[in-house]
Amino acid sequence: MPDYTLKIRRFDPESGQPAYWSEYDVEVDPERSVLQGILDARDKQDGSIGIRCSCRAAICGSCAVKINGKVSLACNTAIGEAADKAGPGNPIVVEPMNNYPVLKDLIVDMDAVHWRKIQRVTPWLLPEGPPPEREHIVPAESMIDITQSMACIQCGACVGACLSLEVDPEFVGPAALAKAYRFVGDPRDGQEEERLRDLAEDPHGLYDCTHCFACIEVCPKDVAPMSQIMRLRRRATSDFGIKDRNNGYGHEKAIVGMIEKWGTLHEAQMPPRSYGDGSMIKGQTEPSAVKALIADLPTALRGFRAGKMTIKKVLHHPKLPGQENVRRIYDEVESKDERLELNMYIVGESGGEEQGAMSEGGLES
Amino acid sequence: MKLAYWPGCVSRGFTPELHGSMDLVAPKLDLELVQLDRANCCGAGVIAEHNQELADTLNARTFAMAQSVEGAAGMMNICSTCQGAQSECQERLDADGDYRATVNSTLSAESLSYEKSGDWWNKNFLWLLVEEIGLDKLRSKVVRPLEGLRIAPFYGCYIVRPTKRLGMADHPERDQYLEYVIDALGAQPVEYAGARKCCGFPVITMNKTTSLRQAGRHLADAIDAGADCLVTPCPLCHLNLDMQQPEASKYVERDLDVPVLHLPQMVGLALGLEPKALGMNGHVVKTKDVQRKIAELAVA
Repeated sequence: MPDYTLKIRRFDPESGQPAYWSEYDVEVDPERSVLQGILDARDKQDGSIGIRCSCRAAICGSCAVKINGKVSLACNTAIGEAADKAGPGNPIVVEPMNNYPVLKDLIVDMDAVHWRKIQRVTPWLLPEGPPPEREHIVPAESMIDITQSMACIQCGACVGACLSLEVDPEFVGPAALAKAYRFVGDPRDGQEEERLRDLAEDPHGLYDCTHCFACIEVCPKDVAPMSQIMRLRRRATSDFGIKDRNNGYGHEKAIVGMIEKWGTLHEAQMPPRSYGDGSMIKGQTEPSAVKALIADLPTALRGFRAGKMTIKKVLHHPKLPGQENVRRIYDEVESKDERLELNMYIVGESGGEEQGAMSEGGLES
Repeated sequence: MKLAYWPGCVSRGFTPELHGSMDLVAPKLDLELVQLDRANCCGAGVIAEHNQELADTLNARTFAMAQSVEGAAGMMNICSTCQGAQSECQERLDADGDYRATVNSTLSAESLSYEKSGDWWNKNFLWLLVEEIGLDKLRSKVVRPLEGLRIAPFYGCYIVRPTKRLGMADHPERDQYLEYVIDALGAQPVEYAGARKCCGFPVITMNKTTSLRQAGRHLADAIDAGADCLVTPCPLCHLNLDMQQPEASKYVERDLDVPVLHLPQMVGLALGLEPKALGMNGHVVKTKDVQRKIAELAVA
C-alpha cells in the first residue's frame, strides 16, 4: 500500500492560538478516498483532527473541504488522484472551505453561512389557493426542468468556492439561489413573481453573481448553481419584465438590444442603456441613471485621455456587413411560442446524439 | 498556419491595442489571419442568459463562417469571454443532433451550416500558442527575452472554468499555459492568489462594489507578490483591471499602480516589437516602468 502525505490546516478558535499546518503520512490504497486518509490519521496518529463526515458515499454532504486548493467532497476524491494533482514530492493539502468561519480544523460553521442563506429564499413550496382534494397533477417536463436543482445535497461546496461571496459576504449565494429556482420553476408554487422580484431587488441577490463558474466547477452533483441563477434571471426579465434597481434588467436588455441593432457591442452605450432599462433616452434622463452616469464620468474621462474612447467611437458604431441576417435570426428565434432550452443535465454530453432526442425537459414555457 | 480569426467586440472597441498588437504579432508567428468581418458578438453569456437558442444560433453562425474559410486549420479568438461563451454554445450544439438541425435550419437562409466535427476547433490565442505553435517554436522566435520582468498571469474565468466544457480532460494544463508562455518568453511568472479568480467585470453596471473589490483585491495581491505587470488573454478583464483600476483603488482603500498587458502585447515585446507599436501608450495605467525595463533589454 502506498504512502501519502496529508498536509492539514489546523485551527482551534477556542485555543487562542493561530492556525498551523500538520503533516501526516498515511498508508491507504490509491483508490480509497482522501477522507479515508484523514480518518486514518485521526484514528492512528492524532485524535484531535477535526473533520465532519457521515455517509462516506457522497450523499450526506458533510465532508466538503478544500483539497489542493479546490473544494471537493473528501469522500468523493480518490487519494491517489489527489496525490497526482499535488505533484511528485508534494503533500496533499487539505484545508477548510473559504467563505465560512472555521469551528475547528476542517469543520466550518454551516449554520452561520450556508443554512442562513438557504433560509433567506423561503425554501418551501408556497402554493396558491386551497390545496387540491388529491395530489397536485403537474406536467412531467416542468418537473424535469427543476430536477437539476433538486439534486443538491446541501454540502455547501459552491458557497465555499464562490468568488462573489469572497468580496460580498452578504451575497445570497449559489446554493440558495439554486434552491430558489427549485421553487420558481415548480408549477405548484404560486409565488413565482414575488420570489423573483425579491431576489432581483436585493443588491446582494440575483445580480450579484459575477458569472465566474466556480460553483459549477466544484458541485459534486452537477447542480450547476450558476446555470440556475441564469434561469432565474431569464424568468425575471423575459417572463415578468422585472425592472430591478440593480440594473440587472437593463444590463440584459442593453446587450441583447445592441447586438440586434449593430451585431457587435457598442461599449459607449453600455452604461446608459444598462442604467435605463435598455433605453438610451431613459438612460440619459432618469435621475437614478444620470446619477450613475455621473459616477462613471471619471472612468470615461480616463478612457478619453488614454485614447481608448474617442468622440467618433461614442457617436458612431458601425453596423456589421449583413446585419439583416442577425436581425432575421432574432426575429425567427424570438417569435417562437416557447423558448427552446437544451437541458444538458438531462441530455448529457453526447446522450442526445446517440438517441437523436431533444430533451423535452429543455422546453420552457 | 492559416486561421479563421474572430477578434471579438472589445478588441475593436475600448481595447484597440489588443486587436492592433495581434495583427503585428501574427506574421511573426507565421499566422495568416482571415478575419470574420461579418460575424456577430458572442453574447458574452448574456444572450444565453436571455435566450439559449438565440445565443447558440448566433454563435453557430460564427462557427459556420469559420468552417467555410478554405484551408484554415481552425478558428482563433483573442478573448477569454468569447472562448467560454462560444464553448458553451458549441457544447450544446455538439450534444444533440436534432437541436443542431433546428439551429442550422435558422442559418440556412444565409446558406450557412455548422457541422459537428472532432477535427474542427476554436482556440484562444493562448491555447494556440501552446498547442498548435508549441512552446519550443515560440522560444526559438524570441529575440528579446523578457529577463528580469516579473509578470502576474490573469486568466479570466471563462477560459478556466468549467474544466469539463473547456476540454481540460484532454488538455489538463490549460490553466497553466500563461505561466508556461511567460516562462518561454524569458520572464518570471508571479504566483499570487488572484490568477484564476474573477475580475468582476460582469457586474460592473449591477454591483460596482462587488466588481471593483474583486478587481482591486487581485491587483493588490499581484503587487504584493512583486509583479511588475499583469498579463491577460481577456479584454473584458483588461477593462476592469486597467481602465477601472483608479476606481478599484478606492474600493480596496490602497494605492494600485500596476500595468496590465494584453497577451499579444507581451508576446510582441519578446518577438522584438516596440511597446509603442503594440499600443502600450494607450492604457489607462501607464506602462512606462515596464517600457523602461524593456528598453534596457538587448534585442538579439
